[in-house]
Amino acid sequence: MAERVGFFTDTTVCIGCKACEVACKEWNGLAGDKAEFRDSFDNTGQMDAENWRHVKFIDLVPEAPAVQPNGTAWLLMSDVCKHCTHASCMEVCPTNAIVRTEYDTVFIQPDVCNGCRNCISACPYSAIGFSQTTGVAHKCSFCYDRLQNNLTPACAKACPTQSIQFGNLDDLYQKADARLANLHAQGINQAQLYGRDESVYGGLHAFYLLAAEPEVYGLPNAANAKLPRHNNTGGYLGMLAAAVIGVFAGIAALRNGTHGSGGEQ
Amino acid sequence: MAEHFAAPPNWQWFIVGYFFLAGLAGGSYVLATIMRIFGAPSDAPVVRIGYFWPLPLVIVCALFLTLDLGTPLRFWHMLINTTPGEAGLNFKYWSPMSVGVWALSIFGFFALLAFIESRGRALLPIGIHVVGCVFALYVMGYTGVLLSVSNQPVWSDTWALGGLFLASGFSGAAALLAWLGYRGAQPQAVVRLGRADAYFSVLELLFIIAFFVTLGIAGTIGRELAPLWLILWILVLVTLAPGLRALYTRRTVPDSTTIAIAVLIGVFLMRFVVVFSAQY
Repeated sequence: MAERVGFFTDTTVCIGCKACEVACKEWNGLAGDKAEFRDSFDNTGQMDAENWRHVKFIDLVPEAPAVQPNGTAWLLMSDVCKHCTHASCMEVCPTNAIVRTEYDTVFIQPDVCNGCRNCISACPYSAIGFSQTTGVAHKCSFCYDRLQNNLTPACAKACPTQSIQFGNLDDLYQKADARLANLHAQGINQAQLYGRDESVYGGLHAFYLLAAEPEVYGLPNAANAKLPRHNNTGGYLGMLAAAVIGVFAGIAALRNGTHGSGGEQ
Repeated sequence: MAEHFAAPPNWQWFIVGYFFLAGLAGGSYVLATIMRIFGAPSDAPVVRIGYFWPLPLVIVCALFLTLDLGTPLRFWHMLINTTPGEAGLNFKYWSPMSVGVWALSIFGFFALLAFIESRGRALLPIGIHVVGCVFALYVMGYTGVLLSVSNQPVWSDTWALGGLFLASGFSGAAALLAWLGYRGAQPQAVVRLGRADAYFSVLELLFIIAFFVTLGIAGTIGRELAPLWLILWILVLVTLAPGLRALYTRRTVPDSTTIAIAVLIGVFLMRFVVVFSAQY
């Protein structure tokens, strides 16, 4: 197996230039977006089949003028598939189209996927989209073809501020820890790493340094980061109870000799 | 409080239609088997009706599921692994969709046997149909579990959907058989099917209550209380009324077309509101 790779995205140095989005589209041949106005600098909207990167502009500017410390009026974040260690999409995929590569990333095989969209239902990050054109699901491939040729993924290569850093996962952990310590030393105590440890889906191959709580960025916190299969037990027990009660109720009602006291014949 | 950031899978009419028909197919098969084992000899015509319908319904179910796929010609990828170097069968016991495809396929075989039996005079050993009932029950309810095994709001916040879909499938099947039996003038069987529907309506009501309680605990009940969905939920409850009323008054309807259709509409509507309310 090749080395485990990852993205470490330091959101505190993201400037919202969207070079990552453009590079991703360019390299992967993804269609452009129809121009539309939104209530933000964000004209991408969300990740989908044609947008594997999405720079979020999170507007925290107060309605009333006020002094904002630490530049937290706008939070910027280049969002992408997290390539979870315990991936919800892989878990539910009925065709096994979603596989883990030799780089420990998560990849959708477009020639195996049949477009059932169960992965979209399961992904907690909205990172997967369905293409009406191809009829299958698509998401960030971690530039699998570039990895196979020892190239840096297009987004990380294009990022002008090194907000998106690519490399060996263990090396990135060290960089992230050092950066976090640096920010805390500066008094920016709200800074935190997301997906660095196993508390969220066993750890994320695309992990983040955030300047606020994960929910502010549209990311589930550790308490809400649940794999779909956790509902199997309860769901099946409820179903079993209904089946047993239903069968006995059916026998009680339908057995010979239980004609009831009348009816509206 | 549960927070969700998942995108909706855009499962729409084909899926709602599949959930509806799968409930009726499985329920019809199970109720016919119960009537064959425990019913009167005079129930035979209704048993035949109950064994006739699962096959056509399962065929339509398979059609709906296939048409809903983005690439319908790859339906068989659900069963066969086409990943290079990993040839074999696809079966994930932890993925209800994977298990469900197999269960539907196997139930289709039992439905075929039942269909053949319904068209002839020879009876298959009842043990075969008892085994078939296991798959029928799974097909009736797994669709609800499938929704729960996701990260979608509402669906993943409750354990009640599997039981709710199964109870509702029973109710719909009882109404369907009662209606068709009524048209075929089988009064005694219809009376007992009416009582069965009453019991199933109570069961469905209990699961609806469990559904709302679990959503309340998760903090996502607000979606179901939006005006459109609330109205539809009230309509679902209204369609349960004949069954509940029959239980209370010891009458044993539905034995009329109107009531049976109302029950079937309720069965469909419940699935519609569950599927759509979480996504839109």
